[in-house]
Amino acid sequence: MTATLEVRDLRTHFFTRGGVVKAVDGVSFEIGKGQILGLVGESGSGKSITGFSILGLVDPPGRIVEGEILLKGESLVGLPEDRLRSVRGNRIAMIFQDPMMTLNPVLRIDTQMIEAVQAHHDVSRDDARARARDALGRVGIPSPEERLSAYPHQFSGGMRQRVAIAIALLNNPELISADEPTTALDVTIQGQILYEVQKLCRETGTSLIWITHDLSVVAGLADKVCVMYAGKLVESGSVDEVLDRPLHPYTKGLIGSVPSRNKRGRPLAQIPGMTPSLLNLPDGCPFADRCQRVQGDCRVALPPMVEYLPGRFARCIHPHLEAAA
Amino acid sequence: MTVFMVRRLMQSVVVLLVMSVIVFLGVFAIGNPVDILISPDADQMERERAIKALGLDLPIWEQYFVFLANAARGDLGRSFVFNEPALRLIFERMPATLELAGTAVVMSLVIGIPLGLYAGLRPQAATSKGIMAGSIVGFSLPTFWQGLMLIMVFAVMLGWLPSTGRGQVATFLGIKSSLFTSDGLAHVILPAFNLALGNAALIIRLTRAGVRESLLQDYVKFARAKGLSNQRVVGVHVFKNILIPLVTVIGLEIGGLIAFAVVTESIFAWPGMGKLIIDSINQLDRPVMVAYLMMIVLLFIAINLVVDILYSAIDPRVRLQDVKG
Repeated sequence: MTATLEVRDLRTHFFTRGGVVKAVDGVSFEIGKGQILGLVGESGSGKSITGFSILGLVDPPGRIVEGEILLKGESLVGLPEDRLRSVRGNRIAMIFQDPMMTLNPVLRIDTQMIEAVQAHHDVSRDDARARARDALGRVGIPSPEERLSAYPHQFSGGMRQRVAIAIALLNNPELISADEPTTALDVTIQGQILYEVQKLCRETGTSLIWITHDLSVVAGLADKVCVMYAGKLVESGSVDEVLDRPLHPYTKGLIGSVPSRNKRGRPLAQIPGMTPSLLNLPDGCPFADRCQRVQGDCRVALPPMVEYLPGRFARCIHPHLEAAA
Repeated sequence: MTVFMVRRLMQSVVVLLVMSVIVFLGVFAIGNPVDILISPDADQMERERAIKALGLDLPIWEQYFVFLANAARGDLGRSFVFNEPALRLIFERMPATLELAGTAVVMSLVIGIPLGLYAGLRPQAATSKGIMAGSIVGFSLPTFWQGLMLIMVFAVMLGWLPSTGRGQVATFLGIKSSLFTSDGLAHVILPAFNLALGNAALIIRLTRAGVRESLLQDYVKFARAKGLSNQRVVGVHVFKNILIPLVTVIGLEIGGLIAFAVVTESIFAWPGMGKLIIDSINQLDRPVMVAYLMMIVLLFIAINLVVDILYSAIDPRVRLQDVKG
């Protein structure tokens, strides 16, 4: 069976005056039908650009220089704009981080939903509106018929994100790429949204890429996880295994940075230093300068992704294998 | 809405009163009309009789109250020079100025918005840079010089268009205007273009800035992620958002065009209000000056009201009850 989405060695670079910024530099993953993939990393690790690359929405000076993006085996890279447009919002939908900014403030909700239906389906306004109403109902918005004629500012942040999710669901996409959709919301709303999304994906068989920096969200939601650092994938595997037994020192550091109750009173662990500038990455492992396990050979060449355990890949030559004991 | 209108009306009355005091005092400061109006050969008796007839023998505050009492009945005084009601003189000239200003506004929108959109969407293109350079020239060059150049090129050298006067007037739907005859249209093109140039330049820059700003917004990216066509994204999502600054500026500019078309009207010998006010200042025709300025104050109040109402139509977040000042 072909995967819903397969990304192979994706490289998206930005050609700026200061040089080439390799925002995404060698990212590969696969998502099956109905699967949820967590894409985790710090700010500037390239996870959002990966999401935009899938939809062909990288703005100049950025562009995809290499790699394959296959939707049900069909290549998306290099497709002409009008073909890509028929994929966007139709077969692949996207949800953004800040619900306060994603809906156009001067257009009514129904306008923004109907246009999304009519962009892909030759249906009447009334039919499109009925579809919009059903979608609002599915994401748990009370009295959807009345809310359709409201403006975005008449909704709370959580409700707006529900509207954005409803818009993403309108055309029954095969894949939804969600870029930190709960980061701007408070925890109770975040919980509700996560629950709804998980349920909807199960019901409709939609695959999901959940881009986030929050490991606790990934733990509860995703099937698989990919960890990104400085534009590169550094670790991937099933969620439980990666979180229980991280191989890459960076993943271990990320997990250690999450505050929890049994660490109370002790100083919080942190990863020292900052993500390196993507403009001139050092030779060798980009994490070397912040790594506690760094050795001389780390700085020689970029380590390859190695399958250390079945289904467990890591880009590290000194992984945490001994921790298993 | 009603509360808003009532409050606005009361504010307008205050503004009118304050303006009337300022205008009255200002007009007195310019000079004594008696010196111009009465023949130097007149003897003392004739002089005093004339001063009394014009009501200039009273102290200034008494003259002001006489003016106020008359104004409340809709009488803004009689012209010293023409011995006709000042209001009638102004209303006779008003249609000419309105059609000139109206044509100029339409011209500046038709020129300004498309060029601004183009420059905003393709900021790097050579054409866009040309448009922006042209817009600087547009509002840096003085109106009178632009007017003279237009006459020289299009009327004198090429002989395409007439350079002076209003042309034939025709009546259509009860409105007398030169816009209904081809001769009249030919006459209005040069002066209207002269008046429109500065505004078109302003609208180009505003539109471009608005487009550049809203293209970076999440809602534009979200609209593209929905698979909408470029025309829809720019024509609806971007355009509705840049309307707010445009309406503000255009509103103020319309007032300015009507009130201060003096230079253009003088150059093109356009028989509008601007020429009337210049003539009355030269002859110290106080009632006409006062009446004209009061009409202009009313005009600005009306335009501001219309702009505020338009805001609430364009931007659903604006509620008129909350508008203060």
